[in-house]
Amino acid sequence: MAIVADPLPAPVSTRQRSGTIRWMSRHKTIVVGLVILAALSVVAIAAPWLAGDPLQFEPTNRLKKPSAEFWFGTDQFGRDVYSRVVHGARISLIVGLCVAALATFLGLVIGVLCGYYRRVDAIVMRFMDGMMSIPAILLAIALITLMKASLFIVIVAITIPEIPRVVRLVRSVVLSVRARPFIDAAIASGTRNSVIMMRHILPNTAAPLIVQATYVCASAILTEAGLSFLGAGTPPEIPSWGNVISLGRTFFQIAPWIIFFPGLCLAITVLAINLVGDGLRDMLDPRIARRM
Amino acid sequence: MTTYILRRLLATIPVMAVVALFVFFLLHLTPGDPAAVIAGDDASPAEIDGIRKKLGLDRPIWEQFGLYVWNLLRGDLGTSIFSNLPVMTLVKQRLEPSLVLAVATLTVAVVLAIPMGVLAAWKARSTIDRVVMGFSVLGFAVPVFLVGYLLIYVFAIQLRWLPVQGYQPLANGIGGTLRSITLPALALGMTYMALIARITRASMLEVLSEDYIRTARAKGVATSGVLLRHALKNAAVPIVTVIGIGFALLISGVVITETVFNIPGLGRLTVDAILKRDYPIIQGLIILFAASKVLVNLLIDISYTLFDPRIRQ
Repeated sequence: MAIVADPLPAPVSTRQRSGTIRWMSRHKTIVVGLVILAALSVVAIAAPWLAGDPLQFEPTNRLKKPSAEFWFGTDQFGRDVYSRVVHGARISLIVGLCVAALATFLGLVIGVLCGYYRRVDAIVMRFMDGMMSIPAILLAIALITLMKASLFIVIVAITIPEIPRVVRLVRSVVLSVRARPFIDAAIASGTRNSVIMMRHILPNTAAPLIVQATYVCASAILTEAGLSFLGAGTPPEIPSWGNVISLGRTFFQIAPWIIFFPGLCLAITVLAINLVGDGLRDMLDPRIARRM
Repeated sequence: MTTYILRRLLATIPVMAVVALFVFFLLHLTPGDPAAVIAGDDASPAEIDGIRKKLGLDRPIWEQFGLYVWNLLRGDLGTSIFSNLPVMTLVKQRLEPSLVLAVATLTVAVVLAIPMGVLAAWKARSTIDRVVMGFSVLGFAVPVFLVGYLLIYVFAIQLRWLPVQGYQPLANGIGGTLRSITLPALALGMTYMALIARITRASMLEVLSEDYIRTARAKGVATSGVLLRHALKNAAVPIVTVIGIGFALLISGVVITETVFNIPGLGRLTVDAILKRDYPIIQGLIILFAASKVLVNLLIDISYTLFDPRIRQ
């Protein structure tokens, strides 16, 4: 499903161009996505220097329009929306990265075991089917209702519903690799199961897994924002984008900027991650890329 | 064909059993005392005890499980902690708006996205194709609430064409319902449309390169005939599959969309339950939503037989 990438790059005089530049011009989507993500990461890391205190109440500055002083306006407590959005980037990126890493790791372990040991497979996959039929956001809501809200709990609650999709992907790759002759050869020559899994099967899952991880990351960021928006996410004192938008709800008609700026940042972040994911998929699986 | 349907039907039982098991053990395996968490920080020990009794947490676990399964089989989803009303009653009160929203969104998404995908595939690599693909990339990235508030801002606040928020029940006339549901359905349908348009395009592109399409063209079938009768019908299975996959997105989206547009449906019920930590309601809604998703996927499996005669055997 190549969207922006042109599968037939124009012939260029390759001799003058270095390899990196050629690679970059061939994979524009990845480059654009990575540049946006790099910029966002810088903003997230440098948040304390780029913006003021996101929690500072300034009752005299309630609901101010965007101006030179308050770039993104102020909210109903007179807090600077710009500094809240800048600090919110931290939460979104942390949640996205942590969920992607956790879900990929757990999904990989479960998926490899399922694909390799057929007896485990039958039971675990039934369980995964059941979990997949529960809408992710509701499963997360249930977990958060039962535990005290914290950023950690939010990450765990978003990770759990993401696992089954990763498991399915890994399992299908493992099953197809397992059927290949070199695995039989390895078994015949007495290679231990653990070595077969680590050395022969694991590397084959890497490419699809990396692509899947980007989508998990994007979906986690959206889910966190959705949960916070509903009041079941990151504790309200933490300025996450979802929390900022949630607070802006009441004053939407007179102060739409409270919602628009964090919403826009959210969309740009998710867009950038998806661009990287789409680009990586096209790069790693040229068969699909050429067909679309 | 009957065996196919029967087999699909039987396959839903273990899935729903897992959902029920999962929801039950969620309450028991979460670290800490769920009764204390649900009661909140300022609760007295007596209040926590009351909630523990209401959830049945004071009884042995096998007895709780037996009762829970027995109730589920009778269609009893439990009782709300705070209003003391059966969850089923609460659901019935809130069902109409959510159902109308879901049906409207599905209709809007399918009616708009399939022609978009067909057009993009037919005119591959043209400006139309790029616009459709650009839209589908955006549709995945823009969160439901941003689309929702943007639509409200433009069409309700600036242009004043449609109501800002709220829901008009069908009993007051379908015109009012349609007016109140248009913006929510568009907002919620955005991601769904992106998904369907993308897969329609991909699936059509694949079919359009087949020999029988060339044959149909060569024997003089009109373009519309080739696209719809020859190509779209053969491209239908992946499209219908993705409509089923997208139904999960729809359910999560309903909860958020109803909050944006102040629609008193199941989504609002969920949010109110979150704020009060009314776990039985959330538990009941999970089972209900999962069941509806399983049902939709069952219908989709059955619909394959309409598109692909090979499956009927």
